[in-house]
Amino acid sequence: MIRANRRDFLKVAAFCSLCGTGAAYAKTGAAGALPVKQIADGVFAFAGVPAMMNGGNRGEICNLGFVIGEDAVAVIDSGGSVAEGRALIDAIRARTDRPIRYLINTHMHPDHIFGNGAFDAEKVTIVGHRNLRRALESRGDYYLESYRSSMGAELMQDIRIVLPTRLVAAVEELDVGKRKLTLQSWKPAHTDNDLTVFDQKTKVLFTGDLCFAEHLPTLDGSLLGWVGQLDMLRAIEASMAVPGHGPVPSPWPDALERQKRYFDVLIGDVRKAIREGVPMMEAVKTAGESERGNWQLFDDYNQRNATAAYAELEWQ
Amino acid sequence: MFEKMILQRRDIIIAALAVAGVLVSQPSVAEDTSSPGDATWNSLKGDVFGQRPIGNDGGIISIEAPKRAEDAAIVPVDLRFNTAKDQRIKAVTLIVDENPAPVAAVFKFGPDAGVTHLATRLRVNAYSYVRAIAETEDGKLHMTQAFVKASGGCSAPATKNADEAMANLGKMKLRVFSSKTLSSTSMTRVTDMQLMIRHPNNSGLQMDQVTRYYIPAHFIQGLTVSQGDRLIMSMEGGISISEDPNFRFEFDAKPGEDIKVEAADTEGKKFENEWPVATSSL
Ligand SMILES: [Zn+2]
Ligand SMILES: [Zn+2]
Repeated sequence: MIRANRRDFLKVAAFCSLCGTGAAYAKTGAAGALPVKQIADGVFAFAGVPAMMNGGNRGEICNLGFVIGEDAVAVIDSGGSVAEGRALIDAIRARTDRPIRYLINTHMHPDHIFGNGAFDAEKVTIVGHRNLRRALESRGDYYLESYRSSMGAELMQDIRIVLPTRLVAAVEELDVGKRKLTLQSWKPAHTDNDLTVFDQKTKVLFTGDLCFAEHLPTLDGSLLGWVGQLDMLRAIEASMAVPGHGPVPSPWPDALERQKRYFDVLIGDVRKAIREGVPMMEAVKTAGESERGNWQLFDDYNQRNATAAYAELEWQ
Repeated sequence: MFEKMILQRRDIIIAALAVAGVLVSQPSVAEDTSSPGDATWNSLKGDVFGQRPIGNDGGIISIEAPKRAEDAAIVPVDLRFNTAKDQRIKAVTLIVDENPAPVAAVFKFGPDAGVTHLATRLRVNAYSYVRAIAETEDGKLHMTQAFVKASGGCSAPATKNADEAMANLGKMKLRVFSSKTLSSTSMTRVTDMQLMIRHPNNSGLQMDQVTRYYIPAHFIQGLTVSQGDRLIMSMEGGISISEDPNFRFEFDAKPGEDIKVEAADTEGKKFENEWPVATSSL
């Protein structure tokens, strides 16, 4: 009750300041198209910066992209802010005037979905994993709250949690006009709502965060589930990959190797600690440590991964 | 029966605090990221302890928690009790100041349980003090605290793997570790145990984005651990205990007697388990 009232108040506040942000956006809009590159015929992608989301980078930390068909455009992830989402739309409009029919969210994390609100005017169908809706329902408010301090009020005021309207139970095809995309829902891995997008024409695979390259993988689902599905992921015959984080494009399936090794080390270290009765608080300080030199953002995420891994593996 | 009455009274307090906590804690999340001071605590301690004076820890209780919460949904907290003092600790209240429902748990210890160490895992929603208040047999309160910076972000305080959490609901695991500490009596041996219970321990503060109703809370609200007829400890829990509640504790065990655990959640589900504790492991 109290929270609902407060939320209403916030909405009003956001509305009052719309004129100000509108002007600011018009100023940066034209020059601010997201710098995407064409990686295959009709397939464009943007490489996010390897960093935590903050006001300075507008949340532009993950890789995202779009595929242009003969009738329509499908967008893969909307970015970490409405500002980034709008810049992505500008990038699309600089290349085609075909309608944006689909916005595919590869999973629930803010860097991939905070830009959803930018697509309101495009009448898109937002597509996601069968669990994505539930995941965002239970985390959305927390995401909005917890990113306010790092992203800043100005960016946050436009950001809303916009839920998917079409859920993928297993494998489905999307047709954008003489071009089909294969959407595949995975069992719990990086999260419990990971979805990959495969362009049948060019065999480009958008992995979402099922693949991290150079940027340390982050764990928010099931480590064993992730490891257990790596062979199936590797078996996808892709020409190249757009990983969730890391170089665009990345060679496939080679991009998975370093991630696999990190998981093996982490699992080994954590299992040993559990076996020896080392408490979680101690174990996470050293688990995975030998992988430090191989990754960006190691200090930001390794202990968190070790914590989640410990909680999962001690049930075995 | 007695336990049950206490549970109900405590529920009301926890529910009341959930509402108060929202009001108190929300502004601090967005603003300053430094230590918030005692403002929140001062505003809630009366709801939990009334007018009772709360002293410092006096060497009776100490707390350890990571300065930075790596995974805000799983923050390990370690409590140690000094039983060398004359005063036995009857109960410990664990509080996370800035959480929507600040009272994470109230633990009560059996008169001859000899609990010297208790570790569990908490959800910490924001930069917050985590406090442990021990009540000794003379009725006095002794407080210790640690400041935790919850890093927020990817690991929201929600179930990581929701389907599996429900599929394994109530499953328990007990581990026994060898302990090097000497027991206080010749009849018992200090034993280091870890109890794990599969439960999503949902906070219920998450809103359904379509209906705008809160998803009902579903958490373990009561737990007792006993050996034979002896109470080792009981817990009245709130939503700030992490998913898959986990307790590691050291106590005086009697060789050869079974460990029994009973738990109940907010949907009225009861979970029970019993383990023979081999004499060799004690
Ligand atoms: Zn990501
Ligand atoms: Zn992610």
